[in-house]
Amino acid sequence: MLRIAPTFEVLRPETLDEVVNLLDQHGEAARLIAGGTDFVPNLKHGLYAPEVVIDLKGVSALRGIEHRPESLVFGALVGLHEMETDTRVHAVLPSLSRAASLVAGPQQRRMGTLGGNLCLDTRCVYINQTEFWRGALGGCLKKDGDVCHVTVTGKKCVAAASNDTAPVLISLGATVELLSPRGVRHLPVDELYINDGIRNLALGHDEVLTRVFVPRPGPQRRMGFEKLRTRGAIDFPLLNCALAFDLDEAENLSEPVLIFSAVAARPRSISQLPVGRLDAALIAEFGQRAFASVRPLTNINADVDWRREMVPHLVSRAFEAALGRASATPFSLSNAR
Amino acid sequence: MILRFQVNATDVELDVLPMARLLDVLREDLRLTGSKEGCGEGECGACTVLIDGRAVNSCLVPVFQVAGAKVETVEGLASGLHGHERLHPVQAAFLEHGAAQCGICTPGFLVAAAELLAHTPHPTRLEVREALAGNLCRCTGYQKIVDAVANALGRQGS
Repeated sequence: MLRIAPTFEVLRPETLDEVVNLLDQHGEAARLIAGGTDFVPNLKHGLYAPEVVIDLKGVSALRGIEHRPESLVFGALVGLHEMETDTRVHAVLPSLSRAASLVAGPQQRRMGTLGGNLCLDTRCVYINQTEFWRGALGGCLKKDGDVCHVTVTGKKCVAAASNDTAPVLISLGATVELLSPRGVRHLPVDELYINDGIRNLALGHDEVLTRVFVPRPGPQRRMGFEKLRTRGAIDFPLLNCALAFDLDEAENLSEPVLIFSAVAARPRSISQLPVGRLDAALIAEFGQRAFASVRPLTNINADVDWRREMVPHLVSRAFEAALGRASATPFSLSNAR
Repeated sequence: MILRFQVNATDVELDVLPMARLLDVLREDLRLTGSKEGCGEGECGACTVLIDGRAVNSCLVPVFQVAGAKVETVEGLASGLHGHERLHPVQAAFLEHGAAQCGICTPGFLVAAAELLAHTPHPTRLEVREALAGNLCRCTGYQKIVDAVANALGRQGS
């Protein structure tokens, strides 16, 4: 039975000032909780041992979606269910809406938040296990051990960034607002992540993610998101693919961005993408570029060669989504073979 | 902490540990054993309850998060809260279609289906499947369960 050891205090601030004061006071001893759908299972598995837990759900300043002329601004507590069902968000940012709708299952999306998804802990078959299971192996680099069981050298933690909204927000040029006792700063979502699976957030222990700014896309911008997972109904990603590009009236593609995640500790941007007339050959070239860059690791429970073979298919499906021709069926192990 | 919230339309006040799981408070403090523990980590949906009308996994909810909230469990479905005399239409349909085998997953399915009915009076079959995507049945398949929910919706419309 997976219960939570009640060895810490729960603090419930109602304003951002109170949150900042508590973070200043407790620093690394504190953990923030929003929806709790990632935090609670990890706590049950003994991955965290906070002295205090700061509950953000009572902070009303972190709620709400603002539709500004130049951007959409999401409070960190905006629910994933709210994002997937808000027709105004879907109309402007369909790939973000789609990514929110593919996070876990319905019950998690009703508790889970955008800020929580962006701060999701990295995942690995050697870490998302019970304490007993991990103890039998002597732990690993991320927790209670000194070696990584995934890489040959074992010196670097490669637990995978598994947040579904992060690659989309990077593809859309979004930024996050971070608040700490030192003040406010803004970071592109791309710079929110570092390539270290132990903690992949460039977020200080006294900082809280407060808002996400997504620039309103121009009329020629097209966007798509695809997720590969074991079960189409509920699962963490085996691969995530977010795509955005401009398409003019003559069907010429420019300004492409292609992001893959669940392949390393941070989302990966695919470089040297082609531009030009959008046809099957150009889409195939995108697939080849992605295939050359994306090398899945064995830390996610599905065959690495098969996952890599799926990369160009994911790119094709992301194009179909971007062009409004997507299938509604989630891409999963059962229908990908 | 002293926690006040509502369970199945009844006000409750309890002295609880804030990080106790809502599931345990319901089953052990309030003796509402309809909600079941399957996986304990949010994958199976057997512990599904409604918090302010939304279906969530009660094994993932630290109980302090329901302060002031309205919680509904499977016990509430049959108690007339939804304006039905005895059984909720989904419960009646499960009986009629034989949509339960061992029964462990059934309360979670019923609660998730009740949320669907409340928000989407006439959903498509695909919407039924999507609404039940977070609930696992290990006995058999989902055909009779989907049939039951689809039939219950027909009844509600009539």
